[in-house]
This record gives sequence, structure tokens and C-alpha cells, in this order.
Amino acid sequence: MKGEKKKKIVKTIKIDVDKCNGCRACEVVCSAFHASPKYSSNNPARSRIRVIRDPLRDVYVPVCAGEYAVAECAGRDKYTIDGKEYDECAFCRASCPSRQEFKEPDSGLPLKCDMCEGEDEPLCVQWCLVDALTYEEREEEVEETEEQEELEIGLEALASKYGLQKIMETVARLSKKE
Amino acid sequence: MRYAETGYHLEIDLTRGNIERVESDPRDTELYLGGLGTSAKIMWDRVPPEVNPFSPDNLVIFSAGLLCGTPATGCNRTIVTTISPQTELLAFSMMGGFWAPELKYAGYDKVILRGKSPDLVYLWIHNDQVEIRDASHLHGKGAVETQDLIRKELNEPKAQVAAIGLAGENRVFYASIEQGRSSASRGGIGAVMGDKRVKAIAVRGTKDVNVARPEEFLGLCKEVLDYIKWREENPIKGVMPILTGLGSPQEMKVHDEKWHTENFMWGNSRERRKGFWTEEIAKEWTETMENARTRLVSCYNCPMECGATITPPGMPTYMMKCFTKLTYTMAAFSDLDFGLKIAQKATEYGVDGFSAPQVMAFAIELYEEGILTDDDLPEFPEDNEGRFYYLLDKIVRREGIGDVLAEGTYWAAQKIGKGADKFAHNTIKKHEQLPLKLSMLNPIYFLMYSTGEKINITQIEGQFPQAPFPKREQREEFVKDWIQVPDEKFKQYFLDWELRGENSIPYYPTAEMTCDIVDWQERMHYIDDALGMCAGLSSFPLKPPYHIHNYPKFISAGAGIDMDEEKLTEAAKRYRTLVRAINIRRGMRRKDDKPPENHWKKRFPELEKELLDTYYKYKGWNNEGIPTKEYLDKMDLGYVSEDFLKRGILTDSEDAPSEEAPAENATVEEEKV
Ligand code: SF4
Ligand code: SF4
Ligand code: SF4
Repeated sequence: MKGEKKKKIVKTIKIDVDKCNGCRACEVVCSAFHASPKYSSNNPARSRIRVIRDPLRDVYVPVCAGEYAVAECAGRDKYTIDGKEYDECAFCRASCPSRQEFKEPDSGLPLKCDMCEGEDEPLCVQWCLVDALTYEEREEEVEETEEQEELEIGLEALASKYGLQKIMETVARLSKKE
Repeated sequence: MRYAETGYHLEIDLTRGNIERVESDPRDTELYLGGLGTSAKIMWDRVPPEVNPFSPDNLVIFSAGLLCGTPATGCNRTIVTTISPQTELLAFSMMGGFWAPELKYAGYDKVILRGKSPDLVYLWIHNDQVEIRDASHLHGKGAVETQDLIRKELNEPKAQVAAIGLAGENRVFYASIEQGRSSASRGGIGAVMGDKRVKAIAVRGTKDVNVARPEEFLGLCKEVLDYIKWREENPIKGVMPILTGLGSPQEMKVHDEKWHTENFMWGNSRERRKGFWTEEIAKEWTETMENARTRLVSCYNCPMECGATITPPGMPTYMMKCFTKLTYTMAAFSDLDFGLKIAQKATEYGVDGFSAPQVMAFAIELYEEGILTDDDLPEFPEDNEGRFYYLLDKIVRREGIGDVLAEGTYWAAQKIGKGADKFAHNTIKKHEQLPLKLSMLNPIYFLMYSTGEKINITQIEGQFPQAPFPKREQREEFVKDWIQVPDEKFKQYFLDWELRGENSIPYYPTAEMTCDIVDWQERMHYIDDALGMCAGLSSFPLKPPYHIHNYPKFISAGAGIDMDEEKLTEAAKRYRTLVRAINIRRGMRRKDDKPPENHWKKRFPELEKELLDTYYKYKGWNNEGIPTKEYLDKMDLGYVSEDFLKRGILTDSEDAPSEEAPAENATVEEEKV
């Protein structure tokens, strides 16, 4: 199957830690935006962006919530940049059992950044007047065939592990469920 | 549901170790808004004038402003109220940073401390869980250091901590409360906290703060943000650099200190050094600042970056803002490098950056005059810098002469005697002032200095340009987009104000105009102090984003209180009058409403009398500065007039001024100049 080219929009929040002043305006507006009704309440503990800050050590890292992680990482990383040591997990986006970040304060349910669905520009970016957060959208052309190839590679790997028959059975069962 | 506010106070009885969560009365919010307003009501109700600052019956109230914790940009002030050991009047000092919103998220509007703890403790407020914890291991620790130690010990990196240093523990009359990049410094509030044996209050909150009309409220916030952007791109022309933009005076950003170093006084507010600012010094000081400054930092939910983290070579990091940059430098006739280094120590000790350097410069003058001797100052170093470090250490430990100096220039002079009071020349109501000495009396500043009850000029001035612009075209240009004025007449006042001639100071603005201008400036500060708004985005700079026209909308949409300009003005007048009433009940009178004798070279006693007379009338006060019964009753402050009558502060023929302070209040003495 030789597919046509397909356009995909890649949304990126660019984070410049050197420009962050630690004000947490991004947390403020993110939590308000996701309140229901919209903007009715404010609580940075519900925000999908967190500023990991330690002013006396000059650490300011705004992080947007990514995927939920069922388990914490087995090994951790510690970065030293420009002589500053960052805590383990400082740059990680996961809502993970090892820490408080990115969880609803009452239920503990994971939070994830949705790029402010429905807004032209993410709100955290709009409220960060000092440009520590900026927004970029770019179009990427992806060939369907590539995806196809990827899928085939993946399937081949699975087939060699479980056998083709077993995979076909599983696919049949899954499609019935849907 | 309560909007913007949480509707709860934390009542902490330190003597018994009792903690209570108490619901507040929503009617008080309508009458006094919140922050300073509702705290003043509590101070009036619960702290009678017989209570001394260090009595267990004195309260320390930490209050978030009404709109703190909402998305309103820059609304992050904690307003701390108590009876000041230095002035023996109501002290209300603000701090920015992150503490007040956190308190709201924990579910409280205020923390009210009463009694005295037997041992040094700190409070840990974590949503519904509130504990009084032992702080004996924090005894003597720095105010900045303590914040970090507590966060570690609680394993709560997000806890916001307000702490005192050694100065507060030892009840230095100008001890501060430090918190992140901010501090509540004026009035010696840290000393009362220390007297109650409370080293710190740590808060962490993860609850919601609700607003009444969400879409509308956020729309208002957006307008403010857009205006801030526009205003930053369009600085005001024709004023000195720190007054062109928004925020607290941008001392951490601005390197050009010609204006401060050549117009403010050096030493014990004595010497003006014209021509001081040379290219060489500019270069040296810029280097010093850039080497020490690691980052410009903001308060909660604000883009203005008025503070900075400072790491002087070889010393621990601390945070600084505003004019503390120069107070030590100039008081010691030294340079910026010294100023930044000693401020690191002073911040950890937790002292006010205005009073502390002035007290030290005062002590040096007394030594040079032979009033203090080598007996008082054993092994006193030869150089000024060494002397400052020596004095700072003595003061915060209250060792030897430090025990006397710890009470500020006014009280120290009383104790030292031998004519020392002539050297305590720069106080208002016993409180040290900015080191400024000018030539020609300015009627606006005369009234503000005399009657400002926050007793710091920066906490009453703002909005109206400090001086006339030389050319009419410049003035016309300025008033074009001056939307913040409460009334068009202010534009005319400014347009007609000239540098020289008939329409210049001291006789222009006229007494009536001056009253209007001072009242407007003061009102905006009082509104900020109730809402928790930073003066740097509202009452202090020229053409700020918040003003009398959009504030009522913020309050309506945020707190769900039906509000318009008139009602807001009334409310602000009400609790402003209540602040005055608290001080009047403690003995303050007309005699106390005056600037330092030598603030201006050219004084005009008759004009000054006229200004004060006119302003008192304008405010609804009698000739002694006491709010009249008629005015109090009109302002829903009948309980105050009743109390005044009972105490004989007002008499039935009320305009007859009562000359003497009431007998039971012997704490406030007349200042002898
Ligand atoms: S709004 Fe911008 S500057 Fe403020 S904390 Fe977030 S990223 Fe940093
Ligand atoms: S993009 Fe939107 S959802 Fe994601 S962190 Fe920013 S404000 Fe929150
Ligand atoms: S204007 Fe400056 S001082 Fe005021 S809240 Fe913003 S950062 Fe803080």
C-alpha cells in the first residue's frame, strides 16, 4: 500500500527555564480553565502545569503533565546543568506514584495537559508574559506508508513472540468487544 | 457559598495551645471588604487601648486579601496587623510573595494569634490539619534559613513559610517577618511575633477558591494583563526611571542610581552628595549587581519581577527588592558591594531595611558627638563598615548598647538622654522614615506625611505625579489617556500645576485640591490593602492597571458582592476611619500628625495649619483629628462613637476638642522636638 502524504499538526510548548521567574501564573490559569464551570474556581494543586521551583538554588522548571505512569521508574536520572543540580524527576512529565505532582488533590486521579482544547493558544502560554513559555505549531507531513511500515514491524515482532494465530484470535476478540 | 473568600478564620490561642476554625460574618465583608478592613474591625473589637504591644492580649493577625487566590494578577498580599512596639499604634504591614494565596487554598482568610506560647513554636497549617509544633531547634536560625529547614522537615517543598529571625525572637522593635522574596517589615511586627514565641507559620493548601461570575472575572483579568503589556511598551515620559513603569520600584533591574544617591540623604539622613554618581561608580555598581544577582523573581501570579535572588560572592543566597538595595550602602557612606553583603545578614536576622541602617547611622553619630562612648561601644571598629556589622550584631542580640538601640532611634534617644533626641530627627510617630530632606514644602506631601497612618510615605503616595511637568504640552500629553482619575477635575489640577509662579508649590495645589489629591491616593492604598493587591500594580505607580473604575467590577464578579464606585469608596472610608479610631483611642492626636521638623527647609506654619484644618474637615474629623460623632454614625461606625463618648474622647458638644489623651492610656507620649 503506497499511501498519500498526510498532514499532522504538532503542538509544542517551548519552555525557557532561564526566563521563568517562578510566578506560577501558568498554574493559576490552567487550574481555572479546567474548573467546571470553566474559570469558576482556582486551585494550582489541580493545574496540569507545575513549576518545580527552589529559588535559593535557582531552580525553576515549568513542566506540563504528560502520560500517567502505573509504576515509578526503576532507575532515576539526576541532571547537572550549568553547575546546578536538578532533583530526580525534575523534568519528568508523568503523573506517577512516586510524587504528588499532576494528581487531583482529593481523588488522586492523574492529570494530563490537553493543550487547552478549544483555545487558539494554550492559556499557560498566554499568561506567561515573560515568554518562559511560548507556543509553536508546525505542520508535519507524514507518509501513511511509514505508519503502515511501523505497524507491520510491530506486528512482526508480536507474531514472532506469540505466533500469528494467537494474534489473529486476539484481534477478532477485540473487534467483537467494540 | 462564599466567593473569593473562604469564610473561615483560624483562631490560635498560644497560651493554651488551642486551635479553632471559626466562620466569619459575611456582613463584615460587605462593610469592610477583607484584609486590612476586616482585620481592623477585629483589632477594634478585641484589643482595647490598655493592651500593650507585648501583652498576651495583643493580637497578630495574618490576613489574605479578599481577592487573593483568585486569578487577579498581582493579588498576593498578606496583611499583618498588630499593635506596634515602636509606635504603640496599629501597625499594618504587607508582604507579597506566595503566602496569602496558599492560606486561601488551605481554606482560611486569616490566622489570628493571641496569647503567648511558653516555648518557641511554629505553626503548620495543611488544609484542615493544623498543628503547633516545637521550634526549639530553630532558635537563633536565620529567617531565610528557617523557611528552608521547615520545608525539609515537613517534606513539603511547596509549603510557604513566613518566619522571623533572631531580631524577632529578641523583640527588636523593627524586626521583620520574612517570606520568600518578601517581608512585612514596618512597625516591628516581627517583634510581636517573637514575643508570642512563634518562629514561623508554614502553610500548604490544595483546596479551591471560588469566584462568583467566572467568565466575567476572567475577562477582567485578561484586560488587566493586556493593559500591563501595553503599559510596559509605553513607559511614562518625563519622570525618573523607576517611575516610568509598573511594579514596585524596579531597584533590582535599574542600574542608574544617580537620582537616589544624589537626592536621598547619606548617613543618619544628613548629607546630600551632589555629583556622587560618576561614570566610574556607575560601572562598579553595575558590575557588583550583575555579579551578585542570579535571577529576577516575581510574586505569586505576577509578571513584574520586582525582586531578585542575590548571592554576594562567598555568601549564602537571599532575596531582595526595592530600596533595601541602597539603605545600608548610603547610611554607612559605603558602596553597593557592602550594601548587598550586610543585607544578607540583616535579612537572615530579620530587620526592617529602612529602620535598621538608620539606627546604626544614628549610633555612629552619637559616638562621634561623644554622647555614646567607648564604654558603651567597647572595641568599636574604626571603619564605618566594621561599625555597621558590629552594631547589627549587638542590636539583634540586644547586647550592651544594642539593647537600647533595638528600640529604634526615638526610644533609644529617650533612654540615652544627653541630648540624643536631637539625633533621632527623622521619625514620624516614633518611626524612622525615608532619608529625604528637601527644600520647599510640598502641600500634598505635607498632608501625606502628617496623616498617613501606615507611617511610610510609599504607602500613601502614588497615582498623581510627584512634581509638575515643566511644559504645558507635556501635561496635556500626560492627561490624554489618564483613565484612572476618579474625577475629571484631577486632570485640571495637574494641567494647571507649574514649576514656578503663582500655580506652584507651596500654595498650589490649593488646600481643597490638595485634600482631593491626598484622599484619592490614600483611598487606593486602603483598597489594595483590603483586596490583597500589590501597590505596584495599583496604588503606587502612575497609570496602573487597577483603579477605582475597574475595582468594583472585580469585587462584584469575584466576591459576588454588589459593588459600585460609590459603595467601594464608602467601604474604604469606613475602615480607614476605623484605623484612625483605633489610634485615636490609643492617644494619637493632632500633635502627632506632623512630618519630621527638618523634612523641608522652607516651612509655612500658617499654610500647614490651613492644610491640616481643611483636611480634617474633609475627612469628617474634628480639629484634634478625631472622627466626629456625626461622621462615625453616618459611616455605620456607631459603636465607635459610643465608645468615644464613654471614654470621654468625644463629648456631647463634640466639636470641643478633647485636649488630653484619655487617662487610662498613658503609653503614648508627646514627641518632643
Ligand atoms: S507563568 Fe511563566 S514565568 Fe511564571 S512560573 Fe509559569 S513559566 Fe514561569
Ligand atoms: S496547555 Fe493548557 S492544559 Fe496544558 S498545561 Fe498549559 S494551560 Fe494547562
Ligand atoms: S508588581 Fe512586583 S512586588 Fe508587586 S506583585 Fe508583582 S512582582 Fe510582586
